[in-house]
Amino acid sequence: MRKKWKWIGIAMMATMFFMAAVTTGTATELTMYYPVAVGGPLTKIVDGIVADFMKANPDITVKAIYAGNYNDARIKALAALKSGQPAQLSVMFSIDIYELIEQDAIVAFDDVVETAEEKAWLDSFYPTLMENGRTAGKTWGIPFQRSTIVMYYNKDAFRAAGLDPDKPPATWDEMAAMGKKLTKPDGSQWGVMIPSTGYPYWMFGALAMQNGQVLMNGDGNTTYYDDPAVIGALQFWKDLGSKYGVMPTGTIEWGTLRQNFLEGKTAMMWHSTGNLTAVKKNAAFDFGVAMLPASKRRGTPTGGGNFYIFKKTTPAERKAAMRLIQFMTSPQRSAEWSMETGYMGVSPAAYETDALKQYVKGFPYAAVARDQLKYATAELSTYQTGRVRKLLDDAIQAALTGSKTPEAALKEAQKQADRLLKQYR
Amino acid sequence: MKTRLSRHVQGWLLLMPAAILLIAFTHYPTVATVIDSMFSKGTAIRPSRFVGALNYERMLDDPIFWKVLANNAWFALGTIPTSIALAIVMALLVNRSIPGRAMVRMAYFTPTILPMIAVANIWLFFYTPDIGLIDQIATSLGFSGHNWLGDPATVLPAIMVMTIWKEAGFFMIFYLAAMQNIPPELKEASQLEGAGRWYYFRRVMFPLLMPTTLFVLINAVLNSFKLVDHLFVLTKGGPDNASNLLLYYIFETAFSYFETHFAAALTVVLLVLLGIMALLQFFILDKRVHYR
Repeated sequence: MRKKWKWIGIAMMATMFFMAAVTTGTATELTMYYPVAVGGPLTKIVDGIVADFMKANPDITVKAIYAGNYNDARIKALAALKSGQPAQLSVMFSIDIYELIEQDAIVAFDDVVETAEEKAWLDSFYPTLMENGRTAGKTWGIPFQRSTIVMYYNKDAFRAAGLDPDKPPATWDEMAAMGKKLTKPDGSQWGVMIPSTGYPYWMFGALAMQNGQVLMNGDGNTTYYDDPAVIGALQFWKDLGSKYGVMPTGTIEWGTLRQNFLEGKTAMMWHSTGNLTAVKKNAAFDFGVAMLPASKRRGTPTGGGNFYIFKKTTPAERKAAMRLIQFMTSPQRSAEWSMETGYMGVSPAAYETDALKQYVKGFPYAAVARDQLKYATAELSTYQTGRVRKLLDDAIQAALTGSKTPEAALKEAQKQADRLLKQYR
Repeated sequence: MKTRLSRHVQGWLLLMPAAILLIAFTHYPTVATVIDSMFSKGTAIRPSRFVGALNYERMLDDPIFWKVLANNAWFALGTIPTSIALAIVMALLVNRSIPGRAMVRMAYFTPTILPMIAVANIWLFFYTPDIGLIDQIATSLGFSGHNWLGDPATVLPAIMVMTIWKEAGFFMIFYLAAMQNIPPELKEASQLEGAGRWYYFRRVMFPLLMPTTLFVLINAVLNSFKLVDHLFVLTKGGPDNASNLLLYYIFETAFSYFETHFAAALTVVLLVLLGIMALLQFFILDKRVHYR
């Protein structure tokens, strides 16, 4: 009697395994890591877009895993690659590109696209946004959540100080002069705050470009930290605090800056356009958004994350991944993403959709980042990018806290960066 | 029929689960790290190769490494005695039967049960200049506010204050348990002899608490190297490495710069430091510990 039950049990297990094997064979499964670096309920929005994709494509299942900030997302994705459960694609920092190539972790999109239509798709994005995703003649990253730095300003504070709320500063001198009028002597309101923790090199990329010099070349093997224009930019950043008195001296915290602006502690702030929707929802005052002011010219680095496809994938998975990326960066989805977050639409077509056209008409500040694209450059990205970036971060913080002069700090950083990058030239 | 051999085999089999865990998670990783530290960083173009002590030479030339060691030394010096002293004081306070004793004990222990990252996010807003809690209290009392986390001179003390606040409650629990075990006759006898409270504490209570002090000291030393979670939220190594600690530097090197072999060399240094401290404590302090 017992023997009969034993054989029935074994037969049931065998059929279960067989069925499981059969069902997993039909759908392509994709795992995707993505980071969130700005405020807002973005995981819900991503889950919504992914659910729509799975409805439209029943033969692909996608698991989108929120992975923290850009650093965490890269660590998790690379750790998953080394383990037995690799991800097939991920959104990661646009500037991770050289590290990922060096680790032989990603595959170029040129090797995945086949039809002429797909090849044209690679060129349908804003060229400035593609700068961080292209090297050695190939495309490695497709823009998804991209931004530029913009200047948010408190119109009510402008009015109270006797300034025209529709004329935000357009040059460095104007920003310093207006900042002086906006800074209250009792310290309850500052003129402007530029954050120097978190991503100081990003803010500095804007200042340097406005002063006429970008921070690195397009091949990822040379930096220009000790160029006189770059030193001048750091000197200006320091002077805002120590000479003009419109900004607190020392370092300014990235994580609390938005709160500072919303509470009226600062009349102007330089921050990512990705915060736009969060500021819009929470500002109790009339605020405006403007392009960053110019010195010799206007300028800003782009920022944000790109889609990458990993090398450890089958051709079927690569095709499925590309379909997912095409869906998530399509004009309608990009427009939806832009309206929910403040990140830019990644292609001109996104701004031609009805939804975004209406949104921009009603809220023109949503187009500031796009209009600033013609003054934009790539974000700081080189080989050994982590170390090279940290050298600049340390130099900026040393200059702002007064422990080194801007010239000494940047010359030291350039010397170390040269040592690291020499081997790639 | 138990032969000598089968008894030995049985002994080893009983030992095996613990031995496997210990070897797999302690001894093997240690040996692997030491071996790893002698290789160079591998990339797709240039695979990793044996380089001997090159990583260690690089480490000695690295100014950030020395800054990080100095920071850790200050951090240990600042947090260990203070948190132990604070723990003893808090335990003494709640040892007596004061009204609301259970509430006070819970209040002292609450910082320990809160997760570090959540606590660090709250303290980030405490330390925020002008709008943060500490600056608001300071300005209402007439002092000027300060950029606690942005000034290289105050960032490490600020981090130390937060760590002490978090740790002291944990140590207090151990001291409280030990104090409950001291027979009250000793206190009564000392009062009869005419000894003051401080004399009683110094000559009777504290020596009897030595086993707990040894345990707490080891924990405090380990924590001063281990607790770096708040750095991710508060300062990320602080203005120009002013609050960078060794374990945070190891994490950055391994995962931001992908230099796992250099990080292995740094880890070996950390292991050696901790090992030396543990040996020092066990051999020097052990003589002064009275076990009953």
